[in-house]
Amino acid sequence: MSTANHEIDALIRQKYKHGFVTELESESLPPGLNEDVIRAISAKKGEPEWMLEWRLEAYRHWLEMPEPEWAHVHYPRIDYQDIVYYAAPKSKKDAPKSLEEVDPKLLETYEKLGIPLEERAALAGVAVDAVFDSVSVATTFKDKLGKLGIIFCSFSEAVREHPELVRRYLGSVVPQRDNFFAALNSAVFSDGSFVYVPRGVRCPMELSTYFRINAKSTGQFERTLIVADEGSYVSYLEGCTAPMRDENQLHAAVVELVALDDAEIKYSTVQNWYPGDEEGRGGIYNFVTKRGECRGRGAKISWTQVETGSAITWKYPSCILTGDDSVGEFYSVALTNNRQQADTGTKMVHIGRNTRSTIISKGISAGRGQNAYRGLVKVTKSAEGARNYTQCDSLLMGEKCGAHTFPYIEVKNPTAQVEHEATTSKISEDQLFYCLQRGISTEEAVTMIVNGFCKEVLKELPMEFAVEAQKLLGVSLEGAVG
Amino acid sequence: MTATGNAAIHYLEQFREQRPELPGREPAWLDGLRREALEHLATAGLPTPRDEAWKYTNVSSIAAQAFTPAAPGAAVPDRALLESLLEPGLGGPRLVFVNGRYLPELSSPPALGGGVRVRPLAAALAEGGESLRPHLAWPPGDGSGFTALNTAFMADGACIELAPGARLEEPLHLVFVGGEDVLASPRNLIIAGAESSATVVEEYVGPEGGRYLTNTHTRISLEEKAQLVHYRLNRESLRAFHMGELRIRQAAGSRFVSTAVALGGLISRTEVRVDFSGEGAETRLNGLYVASGRQHTDHHLHIDHRLPGCTSEQFFKGVLDGAARGVFSGRVVVHPDAQHTDARQSNKSLLLSRNAEMDARPQLEIYADDVKCAHGATVGQLDGDALFYLRARGVGEAEARHLLIHAFVGDVLDRIPLPPLRQALERLLWARLDRREAAGA
Repeated sequence: MSTANHEIDALIRQKYKHGFVTELESESLPPGLNEDVIRAISAKKGEPEWMLEWRLEAYRHWLEMPEPEWAHVHYPRIDYQDIVYYAAPKSKKDAPKSLEEVDPKLLETYEKLGIPLEERAALAGVAVDAVFDSVSVATTFKDKLGKLGIIFCSFSEAVREHPELVRRYLGSVVPQRDNFFAALNSAVFSDGSFVYVPRGVRCPMELSTYFRINAKSTGQFERTLIVADEGSYVSYLEGCTAPMRDENQLHAAVVELVALDDAEIKYSTVQNWYPGDEEGRGGIYNFVTKRGECRGRGAKISWTQVETGSAITWKYPSCILTGDDSVGEFYSVALTNNRQQADTGTKMVHIGRNTRSTIISKGISAGRGQNAYRGLVKVTKSAEGARNYTQCDSLLMGEKCGAHTFPYIEVKNPTAQVEHEATTSKISEDQLFYCLQRGISTEEAVTMIVNGFCKEVLKELPMEFAVEAQKLLGVSLEGAVG
Repeated sequence: MTATGNAAIHYLEQFREQRPELPGREPAWLDGLRREALEHLATAGLPTPRDEAWKYTNVSSIAAQAFTPAAPGAAVPDRALLESLLEPGLGGPRLVFVNGRYLPELSSPPALGGGVRVRPLAAALAEGGESLRPHLAWPPGDGSGFTALNTAFMADGACIELAPGARLEEPLHLVFVGGEDVLASPRNLIIAGAESSATVVEEYVGPEGGRYLTNTHTRISLEEKAQLVHYRLNRESLRAFHMGELRIRQAAGSRFVSTAVALGGLISRTEVRVDFSGEGAETRLNGLYVASGRQHTDHHLHIDHRLPGCTSEQFFKGVLDGAARGVFSGRVVVHPDAQHTDARQSNKSLLLSRNAEMDARPQLEIYADDVKCAHGATVGQLDGDALFYLRARGVGEAEARHLLIHAFVGDVLDRIPLPPLRQALERLLWARLDRREAAGA
């Protein structure tokens, strides 16, 4: 096995493929946070007074909130005065009108990442609202979407162009004071995406945003708001990569989804931010609040996530099932290798009658990774006939890693049926042996087994994402068993 | 000042008054232990829902009532009442404690000899009790305010010592009777030498309508290959409070099988902590809770697998009616060296009424890779298909429900290999469940 071990070691040590820094001049504020910084951010973005007030209100709440410590993750204390809260690519003032006008350096970056924007957009029919650092720089397929009445733009633009929609829905799912990181985001959010799908419209393409953290020690504070009006459908993709860094970078995004009567939102994430080196140095802190509300009867929200990156992942994409007969789904693959830590899961809050939720969570731990599933299924008194099925499986590779399961089940209605199942096992020696015996290499076999383990989640991803996700799992895991 | 903080002050004052009466002025180490516990109580107070381990169990109503720690001369219920409470009994050796203190008149301890030594803790301490010191010490790791309260006021309980290879032939029945308005703090020790074996039944009863607090703590130490079958039966008064803690340390190859049945108490909580100190040990924790009215019943299990090759199983079921609330927290921690651990957890609850509530937290924390761990939890009502099946065969609705509830509960009762106890339990349970069915709820 020793030759195999060498190959595997080489694979484990494989450097982060997407690690590089694009030299772009950033127009940044000095590090630090106070009301003046918030005023400056708001002014730079040309925001109306109500938006600034909203930010300041959030900031004042945040000042009084303690930083949470309950998650199963460990990291040095974050100095919030040492973070740059605003950095915009140089080309901000004369924003590009089309792809040709986009800074070539930027496009080059996407090339390196294997995301040829125009090509991919054209071939896959994906409209990309690319977020490079904090300001959206390119939006495609806007016209096509516009004809259907779909609004897909940067958050700043939405604040300017569609203030009535933003005011109506912003903070209605994740209030400013929801939690420490959400409050911080509400105060300083830089930009993000806004989607509104009007009544009865089925969005003809997958909407997609690529987030990318670039300027050194810039926290990213994305704000995403997606509203699906009655009977509409939208599928939204979010994918992330980041350049190699020595310092930890904080990412505290907020994503809010609102689904009205019979509307459906499908939100898919592939997260592949820099996880830090073998010793866990550098790497992104991914402290995200994602929540959707099925506000209308028969609404559906589905979260699918593949989390392979970040030094620390701390996120719980949740569904508030307010509308009768509404449906919430959560499909997750979380992978931790080296010294990565993940504390992720979901909350399903059943309020409406006959609400249903499904949770499928697959955790994979290798190296010294720590992987925790934390989830809440809450059935309130009014949720007649609520149904939940939860399955959490963990796969362990190596004797230094950890896999943890912390489900919370709260049931206040006797007609509810709530089921939770979880298993933890190591990668099967028998399966490995079977593959090896047939001439399949260890790393290929591991990839196959892991992809099989995650199949239920991966099949929920849109096609182009599923391919990327499988590759990601392969790269991150091959050689973890030897 | 919060209720739980006030409670701490109340008990500190009580301690000052009762200190001269408590055993253990001599030896001084015991007095030191009590002071240490009181310091903890004074700083931490009784737990609140802000403590993660007590998230679903609010004890402020216990804290709000200033119970008087039972003094040696506390009133004892009259003989006829006591005897009725001790029914049906198991027929074997029995130790009876009233308000936490030994009552020789109603007790029939097992015969000495064969390496078996059973005595009241107070008597053991009066003889010096140096050998008991490590078993009475402040629990390793965290103890709650109730652990501290028990340590401060512990005066008596059962002290069971088994020499290596000794066997306690008949099941030993320990009965704890609650009084009125008192705090009883029984402390039990079961110290089982290598390859010894015993069956012990802990039963808690109280006069109907009695309002009191039982705060009990049992320490069990099993040496290599020792075997203990343990039952814990909570039949407290429906107005009483019951806080129980069970801590087990198991050496290599030992086996612990426990069944906890909770029927009584307005607020009751049973905390079980198992720590394996040797390889290849096995622990099986079975449990059943049946609650109605405004009862609150909580089971909190924590198993530490620190060494390789140990097996643990948690199997808990509950039936909740009225506005009752059930809580189950089970945590299995598999430490980095505990390879070949086999840990299972199962918690199933039936909600029979609109206002009943269940909160479950089956948790796994795993730091080793070559392990088999699984857990499952369900909360729901009776299976509609099963009901339909029975109805389709001419079984009446009430009868069909009755059958299904009995079958649900039967899974736990079937794990009790002690016929007189199982039969007594079946009678108690059916009486209770059938009363509900008869009321047509």
